[in-house]
Amino acid sequence: MLNPINLAFKRAKQQNRTALITYTVAGDSSEKQSLNILKTISKNVDIVEVGVPHNTPVADGSQIQTSAYRAIKNGIKINNIFKIVKEFKKFDKSKPVILMGYYNMIFQFGENKFINKCKVSGVNGLIVVDLPWPENKNFAKKCKNKSIYFIQLLSPTTTSKRLKKIIQDSHQMNYFISMLSTTGGKLKISPREILKNYRKIKKINPKKDVVIGFGITEKTIGKLKSADGLVVGSAICNEITRSLKNRQNPVTNVDKLVNRLKNKIK
Amino acid sequence: MKLKKKIPVIDQGDKLGFWGGKFGGNFVPETLKKPIEDLEILFNKLKKDKNFIKERDKYFKNWIGVPTRFIKLENLTNYVGGAQIWSKVVSDANGGAHKIYNATVHCLLAKRSGKKFIIGDTGAGYAGKMLSMAAKKFGLKCKIFMGAKDIARQKPNVKAIKKNGAEVIPVYSGSQTLVDAVSECMRYWVANCDTTAMCVGSTVGPAVFVRICGWSTSQISRELKAQLIDEFGSIPKKLKLYNCVGGGSSSFGFWNEFMDYKKSQCEFIGVEAGGPIKSKKHAAPLTYGSKIGILHGAAQYVNQNPDGQIEETESISAGLDYPGISPLHCFLKDTKRARYTAASDEEALNAYKLVTKFEKLRPSLEPSHAFSVAIKESKKLNKETIVVVNSCGDAYKDKEILEQKLGKKYVKPY
Repeated sequence: MLNPINLAFKRAKQQNRTALITYTVAGDSSEKQSLNILKTISKNVDIVEVGVPHNTPVADGSQIQTSAYRAIKNGIKINNIFKIVKEFKKFDKSKPVILMGYYNMIFQFGENKFINKCKVSGVNGLIVVDLPWPENKNFAKKCKNKSIYFIQLLSPTTTSKRLKKIIQDSHQMNYFISMLSTTGGKLKISPREILKNYRKIKKINPKKDVVIGFGITEKTIGKLKSADGLVVGSAICNEITRSLKNRQNPVTNVDKLVNRLKNKIK
Repeated sequence: MKLKKKIPVIDQGDKLGFWGGKFGGNFVPETLKKPIEDLEILFNKLKKDKNFIKERDKYFKNWIGVPTRFIKLENLTNYVGGAQIWSKVVSDANGGAHKIYNATVHCLLAKRSGKKFIIGDTGAGYAGKMLSMAAKKFGLKCKIFMGAKDIARQKPNVKAIKKNGAEVIPVYSGSQTLVDAVSECMRYWVANCDTTAMCVGSTVGPAVFVRICGWSTSQISRELKAQLIDEFGSIPKKLKLYNCVGGGSSSFGFWNEFMDYKKSQCEFIGVEAGGPIKSKKHAAPLTYGSKIGILHGAAQYVNQNPDGQIEETESISAGLDYPGISPLHCFLKDTKRARYTAASDEEALNAYKLVTKFEKLRPSLEPSHAFSVAIKESKKLNKETIVVVNSCGDAYKDKEILEQKLGKKYVKPY
């Protein structure tokens, strides 16, 4: 059976558009609310990325940090996160779910146990921010054995030689970090420059799907829509923070934001 | 797991940077892979380069002012009435603590790599103060990341950092202490690694930072070895080296040259911060059996909850207030080369009182932890045993805490 991630990209391509991938933190600001957000935005999203909150996230900017701290403060635990995924999958069976987090959480849970739990909960892919290649070789293989994609991260600092090796070992989907930045940074380079780097990666193996993330907002998303997929994370986390501050409903506000994002890439 | 002889411990890691197959490594975002690899290549080349060593030694001698003193604490020895208590007064070094060695080496490396900016983390403020000093000396622009709580409790060092022309970036996330400062510093590096060099303030972080720091602070034990031979004619038959352990940079440097001696001759005792007696929180992952986890790019024993969230620590000493511990110390613990224990806030304060009462020495709260255990254990030892405590920092930075906890008479300069 094909991984739903493949199907999601295929469908987007058939519709001649980029795939929209959203990132929200599990349990932000509560278990129930984060599930509601996923359910509500699902109609506009091709792949949902669910963040596993960690309290020493070395690659996240302030927006995702704020969401993660809020979720942890509200008591979210790993098992709640699997529950959210499971519930979401009951709601929208075909929608691919990717978990994104830091390695210590997986390490403490136990690699095998974690992958099994992903499998039964319906997780289709994993991004582990601080488990780069080649350190991730073993773990990636274990994921593949359970038909879960391990998504490799690629950065502007990744050398050509390294790019080739990583892509060779990679599964269907790779994630290109647009610029030197933590998540949620302002775009420091032009979308043209980002797409130039993106095409360099695509050329190595055009069959693999490459998504671009970091610094993508309502303002920038339209200019990058020639990519296979685009990830929006910090802008959504920020919207949740803003809504809570203004005593508005984060679910409806995030839904509206995702709607606007979707319209920009049609 | 085995410690090898005749190979420096910093070079005993495997290809992926793991000591003993499981401590250390490089758990870093992809963006940092290249800058870390570049730094590794540079460091591996330069540490074998005679000219570079010469340059390092020149600055160590003329600027840092090595060697630092090795003195007998006669009065304290008489009072305790057991082993001979000596101290390696590393706080003599320019700036007042051992952090100057690592800071100097990082600035030399940054210069060689053509970087114009350098960033660093700090807890007690010494790593930041020294980096700002070295950056000024070598013409680098400098930013220091420091937890807001530490900024409030270590004001003299914050003032010094600013005076040296560096920018202090307050970190408000998490517990607002060292752990958050290191995270924020790493984040800044992720976003600016093309122009900026990073100095990790202790033997923590991705493997190359552990190695650079250990290589730099080993100056302490190189000096001590010569000083011991000078004083006693040879390395004493019974030698015990006490050092506080936070991240682990001063202790590793204090022990490194003695690694190949038998434990029965040269024993290493690392003293972690046990926190306030009445608190459950501590900064002593080795003493209290914390599990292995990943923090700041390295696998290590670290205070964490069952989910893998890093736990808040508590200690009167900002320099030891860190939930993790150097992979080197995890390795030394599991190979049983070093022994680790903890002293509470109260014990450290009492030791500070005793040392300053009897001696012309003013150890900061960090080494006061080591003094506490050294004094306690010395009582039961005979005078043939040579106890050496690394007084790796000066208490000037702690004057507010000491005044508040002990009263004004304890903070007068000698």
